[in-house]
Amino acid sequence: MRLTRTSRVLLVAATTLTLAFIYVPLLIVLLNSFSTSQSLSWPPPGFTLEWWGRAFASEGAMNAVGASITVALASTAIALVLGTALSFALNRFEFFGKSTVNLLVVLPIALPGIVTGIALNNAFRTMMGLQLGMLTLIVAHATFCVVTVFNNVIARLRRMGTSLEEASADLGAGLWTTFRLVTFPQIKSALFAGGLLAFALSFDEIIVTTFTAGSGVQTLPIFILDNMFRPNQAPIVAVIAVVMIVVSLVPIYFAQRLAGDDKR
Amino acid sequence: MSSTPAIRLTGLTKSFGAVTAVDQVNLDVAEGEFFSMLGPSGSGKTTVLRMIAGFEQPTSGTVELFGNDVTAAAPFDRDVNTVFQDYALFPHMTVLENVAYGLRVRGMNKADRTARATEALEMVRLAKYGDRKPTQLSGGQRQRVALARAIVVQPKVLLLDEPLGALDLKLREQMQVELKEIQRKLGITFIFVTHDQEEALTLSDRIAVFNDGGIVQLGTAEEVYRAPNSEFVANFVGTSNVFSAEQSAALFAGTSACSIRPEKIVLAPAGSTAAHDISIPGVVAETIFLGASTRVVVDLEGGKRVSALEPNDDEAGIAHTRGDSVVVGFNRSSLVTLH
Repeated sequence: MRLTRTSRVLLVAATTLTLAFIYVPLLIVLLNSFSTSQSLSWPPPGFTLEWWGRAFASEGAMNAVGASITVALASTAIALVLGTALSFALNRFEFFGKSTVNLLVVLPIALPGIVTGIALNNAFRTMMGLQLGMLTLIVAHATFCVVTVFNNVIARLRRMGTSLEEASADLGAGLWTTFRLVTFPQIKSALFAGGLLAFALSFDEIIVTTFTAGSGVQTLPIFILDNMFRPNQAPIVAVIAVVMIVVSLVPIYFAQRLAGDDKR
Repeated sequence: MSSTPAIRLTGLTKSFGAVTAVDQVNLDVAEGEFFSMLGPSGSGKTTVLRMIAGFEQPTSGTVELFGNDVTAAAPFDRDVNTVFQDYALFPHMTVLENVAYGLRVRGMNKADRTARATEALEMVRLAKYGDRKPTQLSGGQRQRVALARAIVVQPKVLLLDEPLGALDLKLREQMQVELKEIQRKLGITFIFVTHDQEEALTLSDRIAVFNDGGIVQLGTAEEVYRAPNSEFVANFVGTSNVFSAEQSAALFAGTSACSIRPEKIVLAPAGSTAAHDISIPGVVAETIFLGASTRVVVDLEGGKRVSALEPNDDEAGIAHTRGDSVVVGFNRSSLVTLH
């Protein structure tokens, strides 16, 4: 399509503005993490590495990093197992209520986090009599992490069809051998992509976390929320925010690349 | 030769919900036979093949391999191998790994299986391509890899599901010759599923013509071609001029429905004396040049349309054109009675 000069200039301007609107604030967070001002005043009066040192020395911040990574890894692990099993069940078998199950599996990612949060909080405490903590938090995160793994794996299974597995069985391989030598290599990258997205989702989740973590566990987002408006803590929060940006970006980047690879 | 058939199907039936895809098929295939299952899509031939391979469980009936009932056996417990229509090569493995796969899952060591797989690749003339991935091969090459992968495990029966369907004409003809040679060399039973009647006629010792989930005719290629037993077979295997009982009574005092092959019909100029048992005047409606021969479509008096095949040799010399009046002649002995 050919564009006139004016429309091209307008398009470039609109695109630049939109992207700037999203990314300049992130850049400011990055700058603030090096600012000498404790209250993040703008422009930064000077630059220092003090906050980065303080952040990594802060027990609360480091505990939050540990908690977030633990929760993300555990819920991703649960999601990988359940999501794979679900996608096989829904792709390879016919049963009553299949489409309903499919909808119910995908729903948690569409439900408002606040609804999931309240519902799970209620279920954990009053119905199951559980103390809110790491365990309830992991289970809560797993409910939406399953969806990303499920979506990736089932898309792969649909495209793959069953003929490769039939060929493997035909050549004498039992069920487990077929899975190990044929099915798994075929769905490996889908598992990886789904797992990375699940990790990223869990890592910065805050709403469901608020309702299901209890007071004993503090994840990174919760830590930031708690410390944001405390005096002297603002630059440390900026440091943590930068760490979060990096940790979230890496999986998204790899997931995108994998998804791109699969299209070939 | 033992009298035990390589494959015996008894009352084989498969229903998918309310649809009966295969209905009461009984069939014996002898050891070493090149056997084709020919039929239009949806006629049940592929479903029969999948039940022999073990991918589908019959609703009722049994599958026997060399006298053993394998109806309930899993695909990996059957001494049959399949060449799939879409080849189903493992995309993450090299050609050599693909071919060696069946040996690998049987626990053969790497050196032995590599040697055997290389041998099989030599048989299909692809020994140099062992290191490639399937995506780097052409359709015809993939087809041959699929064949090598299936025969390397030395099955007693090889099932081929429209293996040449995706190839262009020249390659198909070449692969047909190769398939036949490989089958003769190995001496194993081939069960070949196809919707291409020419392919079935060229390759097979015997053909089962499928329609609507059942076998409508079973015989050698020649029997099926020369003596089709129904209008369906007459039309599906080659082309035929089919006369209903009424038409045959009106045109040549026939007693039942019958058919005649176009090459058995001779056209003579209008008014010429009868050299055949039956002569019917007509008008040329269309001529189609086919290279070695020309198909001439003639409207007979009374409206019935027949087609004749005339060889294009120089001596014949009579070219027909649209609108020519001709006499259609054929002998009563060339007519095949349909039931």
